[in-house]
Amino acid sequence: MSTATRAAPARTGTGAGQEGPGGGALTGTGVLLRFALRRDRVRLPVWLAAVLLVTFSSLQQATDLAPDDPAEAADTAATLGGPAMLAMTGPEHYLADPTPAAVLSMLTLGYAAVLVGLMSVLTVVRHTRADEETGIAELLRSGVVGRHATLTAALATAAAADAVLGLLLAVLLPSVGLGGATVGGALLYGAALTTVGLVFAGVAAVAVQLSSHGRTASGMALAAVGAAYALRAAGDVGPDALAWCSPIGWIQRGYPFADNRWWPLLPALALAAGTAAAGYLLSTRRDVGAGLLPPRTGRATASAALTHPLGLALRLHRGLCAGFGAALLVLGAMYGSLLGGVEDMLADLDEVRAALTEAGGTLVESFASTVLLIVAVVASLFVVLVALRPRAEETAGRAEPLLATGLSRSRWLASHLVAALGGGTLVLLLGSLSMAVTGAAATHDGDLGVRLLGAGLAYAPALWVTGGAAALVYGWAPRAAPLAWAVPAYGFAVGYLGKLLGLPDVLGDLSPFGHVPQLPAAELRWTPLVLLTLVAAALVAAGLAGFRRRDLDPK
Amino acid sequence: MNASTTVTARPSAAPPGTAISVSALVKNFGTARALDGLDLEVATGEVHGFLGPNGAGKSTTLRVLLGLLRADSGTARLLGADPWHDAVALHRRLAYVPGDVELWPNLTGGEAVDLLARLRGGIDPAKRAELVERFDLDPTKKGRSYSKGNRQKVALVAALASDAELLLLDEPTSGLDPLMEVVFQDVILEAKAEGRTVLLSSHILSQVEKLCDRVSIVRLGRTVQSGSLDEMRHLTRTTIEAETDGPLDGLRELPGVHNLRTDGGRAHFAVDGGHLDAVVRHLGGLGLRSLVSHPPTLEELMLRHYGDDLTGRGHPVPPPAAAGSDAGSDGVREGGQR
Repeated sequence: MSTATRAAPARTGTGAGQEGPGGGALTGTGVLLRFALRRDRVRLPVWLAAVLLVTFSSLQQATDLAPDDPAEAADTAATLGGPAMLAMTGPEHYLADPTPAAVLSMLTLGYAAVLVGLMSVLTVVRHTRADEETGIAELLRSGVVGRHATLTAALATAAAADAVLGLLLAVLLPSVGLGGATVGGALLYGAALTTVGLVFAGVAAVAVQLSSHGRTASGMALAAVGAAYALRAAGDVGPDALAWCSPIGWIQRGYPFADNRWWPLLPALALAAGTAAAGYLLSTRRDVGAGLLPPRTGRATASAALTHPLGLALRLHRGLCAGFGAALLVLGAMYGSLLGGVEDMLADLDEVRAALTEAGGTLVESFASTVLLIVAVVASLFVVLVALRPRAEETAGRAEPLLATGLSRSRWLASHLVAALGGGTLVLLLGSLSMAVTGAAATHDGDLGVRLLGAGLAYAPALWVTGGAAALVYGWAPRAAPLAWAVPAYGFAVGYLGKLLGLPDVLGDLSPFGHVPQLPAAELRWTPLVLLTLVAAALVAAGLAGFRRRDLDPK
Repeated sequence: MNASTTVTARPSAAPPGTAISVSALVKNFGTARALDGLDLEVATGEVHGFLGPNGAGKSTTLRVLLGLLRADSGTARLLGADPWHDAVALHRRLAYVPGDVELWPNLTGGEAVDLLARLRGGIDPAKRAELVERFDLDPTKKGRSYSKGNRQKVALVAALASDAELLLLDEPTSGLDPLMEVVFQDVILEAKAEGRTVLLSSHILSQVEKLCDRVSIVRLGRTVQSGSLDEMRHLTRTTIEAETDGPLDGLRELPGVHNLRTDGGRAHFAVDGGHLDAVVRHLGGLGLRSLVSHPPTLEELMLRHYGDDLTGRGHPVPPPAAAGSDAGSDGVREGGQR
């Protein structure tokens, strides 16, 4: 690819020259923008809906948490002012005058900023570097398209999405009957999210110049989003200066619905403009298809471990496993640190209390068993991702050369399933361990920590059933492989929401997660765990048998 | 297909031992029939060309031979075993190069070579180093950085550095530059000298003419012709360019003469193999000044089977393939208008 693409600038020279007589550097931007919006006509609305959902799904919670009269303000401060809550939400200053709208802003602005950042980064990368990688960009730029048209169109697409989101929030927030939701505050809330989206679009514009691979570029820009969130979390708990190093920290310090300060958006807008300008500048220093950073090279020969089928599977999945492991460590620590304040947090939420304690045990134990289900469901997402990897390998044409060697079909598929079930158990262990340690620390109850670890591991057989179900559809109906996602989705819907909505138990029985005893609140029963393990083994065996019998789908 | 155009492989012409034996193979994908009674015989130690356009069923046949697909009917034997049931044991004795190699984005080319070769059963490090050098492959680059041609090289090195007795190659040089094509041909001739059997699916006809002992031509999932190139040429028309002193009388009426074009004292036509002698005698009587004859190229052989007119006889052979397939397709169109 490199030789072909390196020749591209010479060929595109006629229409895309910097100061060429035939047109400017932005020629064709309009066409490319319409093309990008056409390609994203489903994707972007889904993203916008997700950000709106993050904000509006917290309406009830914000109303409940906000004090009905000034006397309750101390309770609100106690619930929301703890370090764990501050790290997950926003700066404490919101609690000075906690109207429902201010509480909503505290709870949701940070999360929404992360989602908007994701949307902007992925949009810019998709329309710049990812297109260069597939060769679409070369085709487009051989037409009458200016040198900067592609980047401009990509940034404009992201900016349009960010702006529409800001407008929707500004219009919708004052109209849902939320106490304290002023028009001015809603405008600031929307503008803050638009601005943070522009910042990360600019960051992505730089990242795509650096790496010649879309995934690496996305990774770099998303790391910036993560760092911004981590800095604001640290700043909200500890020294304020840290939060002032983060664009997410800046917009949160506009305090929409509280102080309504507009000026913290200015540094964010400056950063957006600066990064975008840097992106344009860097793009003139590289060829189409090339990156400023040289592509990394690796070993010229394979290690002995890699050429074992299991070694290959572990190599292919280790990045994903590390990512899920880290995410579950953080998630477990977050939930664990909340355990100390569960009584305060749920003081006003009678329905939630009732739903939680139905399984028996103390409120802390019930809360722990509920959030452990979330840890287990996240771990099961890893299991499904890995267990369905053989399908991606097959349709990409990478399975065929492997299966034309001395590697049997069973061993090939089994190597991926071992990675799925073993890796899934490992990330579940990490999440449970992290929750056990932080939970024990938060409640000063070491015994609870031990029981939490056991309770988390009790979900392992349910993970194995999830992986077995994926193996079964892959073996017998490979085209229906995405159906395997139904298991974690259903398990979460029934196990988590079902409890709150009071759904009948029979629905829970259809989910493997529904059969796991709800430790530490409930008693440990071994029978369902043994049965789940047997079911998992049967599903895996059936999946392997199906795969041995069927045709391999050609690329 | 028309029986008159089909030359079945003479068992006596092949060296003893059969590496691949396929008969009446049928494979359907839903309602589409990919293989429609395909036959293929490859003798041990030969380089066998497997020719046909895209969609003729070449890759499907190879995938059946690899046990990746299960045939709906017909029989296939590979090195004396069943390709579906004995897949793993067979795979240790063969090496495969797909036409469109995909690599793992995070693995280097060198790692992919070792992976494929060791899962097959081992690799000769000296041979591997030599092939990496000859194919000019950088084994330290990550899979996602390779061009199409370089991905092909990875699979070629992995296959050829092995001691496999059978090589199944499915358009193995697509994406390779002409220099690498020469290296490939050298390496295949060396593999043949070592006594290995090669089934080479290709539509690069010069490659097949240079490498292959025998060829099978497939069309719409069936074998339409199989045999050595010499055998096939004998059954096909020779193109003649003649210049005579006298007028070109009577040439058009001679049996076996096709597609005659005259330009003053020059004649340009094709003649069936069996009538060559009579035609040359006739030309001699007209005061022959110059005579040029071209044996049919493989391209012409192919076009006989892929032109519009597939009745086999009376099909005009295109003018000599000076301009390659363009000239050939002109000839086919003429035939279609007839």
